[in-house]
Amino acid sequence: MISLQNVTITRGGQDVLRDISLTFRDSEFVGVLGPNGAGKTTLFRAILGLQPLSAGRIEVFGAPARRGNQDIGYMPQTRSTLPASNICGFDVLANAARGHEFGLPLSSRRLREEVMAALEDVDGVELAARPLARLSGGQRQRLLLAAALLGAPKLLLLDEPLISLDPAAQAAMIALIARLRRTRDLTVLFAAHDINPLLGSMDRVLYLSGGHAALGTVDEVITSEGLSKLYGSEIEVLRAGGRIFVLSDRPDAHHACDHA
Amino acid sequence: MPTMRATMLDYDFMRHAFLAAGIVAVLAGFVGYFLVLRGQAFAGHALSHVGFAGATGAVLLGVSPLAGMLGVTVLGGVLMGALGEKLAERDIAIGVILTMSLGLGLLFLHFFTSYATAATALLFGDVLGVDLPTIYALLGLAALSLGILGVIARPLLFASLNPELAEAKGVSLRGLGLVFLGIVGLTTAASAQIVGVLLVFALMVGPAATAQRLSTRLAPGLGLAAGIALAEAWAGIALSYYTDWPASFWISALSGGMYLLSLARRR
Repeated sequence: MISLQNVTITRGGQDVLRDISLTFRDSEFVGVLGPNGAGKTTLFRAILGLQPLSAGRIEVFGAPARRGNQDIGYMPQTRSTLPASNICGFDVLANAARGHEFGLPLSSRRLREEVMAALEDVDGVELAARPLARLSGGQRQRLLLAAALLGAPKLLLLDEPLISLDPAAQAAMIALIARLRRTRDLTVLFAAHDINPLLGSMDRVLYLSGGHAALGTVDEVITSEGLSKLYGSEIEVLRAGGRIFVLSDRPDAHHACDHA
Repeated sequence: MPTMRATMLDYDFMRHAFLAAGIVAVLAGFVGYFLVLRGQAFAGHALSHVGFAGATGAVLLGVSPLAGMLGVTVLGGVLMGALGEKLAERDIAIGVILTMSLGLGLLFLHFFTSYATAATALLFGDVLGVDLPTIYALLGLAALSLGILGVIARPLLFASLNPELAEAKGVSLRGLGLVFLGIVGLTTAASAQIVGVLLVFALMVGPAATAQRLSTRLAPGLGLAAGIALAEAWAGIALSYYTDWPASFWISALSGGMYLLSLARRR
């Protein structure tokens, strides 16, 4: 269980999150949505213990959020990570598996097995021999996901894993993560800028906007009333053909590629 | 009396040259591998220029140039690391530091006018002039640098290849960056004893970049970087002996040539 109690995070004089209290249940798949700068990455970094809180407290599996929590697997946004080096996927993962410990980068048989198991879990065994510089966007995502799985975490924080993937690859990535959640019994927080690919896979949705947060089922949270209140301006939610469209006069409510 | 042709190893200065170059090449190969992987090659280059100002300043003050160079390269490296990961990758900031250091070194030389040969030795190296105390100093530097590198190798690689995940797992990116650039400072000062401050790239960056072209594996790549650096340094000295051209020329030519060859190899 991950819980936030009256959490406020201020950055650059502005409240990114303001007095947020909510609880994620064990083994839950939560989609984290919201406009640019709504604080999705900031929330993840706070759960990781990397972002100081201005007020409140965060508990992760019964203990206060702290840096270096090995129970958490983190998949950062790809554009800012993984250099275009010539190192093969296997060695990148083998080094990440015990990367927080001092010493020489030697690998034991157990470590090699763990790395191969993670690669198998992301359907990426062929990435083991491939150099980083020659991975496609989707392959990079799968390698990052495999890295997040190392060390058998209980919670996965996935920051925009669908970025730069085509619709078919997006669906495959979501199916993969849904399967991992079952086989590895993971709690998953999945940040995305479009809700539609996640419909049917996630248990609940967390919607962030203007420092506020709403957590609930899609039907509870994604309504014209609910989002209007969250944004503090008129929002219209349309449902058509099994898809959801969030319409607003405000440009920042449209879900373009998100950074925060 | 039968005339025996002297081989190059009959001379003390040649034995010293091979020893010193061997120590420094292995050190530079290992450290350079990390430097190239982290995309900080230019930072290493700048540190050697900072070292030039340190060495000339030290000569002016009557201190040993190696001590002066070491002091400022390590300090410069640690400062660069403390200012943040990103600064070490900023071309312009580094270029400015590099240029200012070289200018400052020139000023120090100007005050110490009788030292034209010392200037050439600092800039382009003087591997045939290495004495025994310097070899001991280089051995100590190499042991210290590789010892520290051995301790931080794993988190450093993690931080280089996947910084955000490393940070989330509790690795201190800034702390590692700082210690690593300190080691780069030590290595730069050592390398400058062999090839001079202007050609430090030849030992630190060339072999490591070649190794990374040739191997996608970490451990073999590291070994390869040290091996290539060693081969280039020794071959450079041998070629220098037979041609009477400067060893630094040969080492830098071999370093550049090997890298170009590795580029031509199909991936």
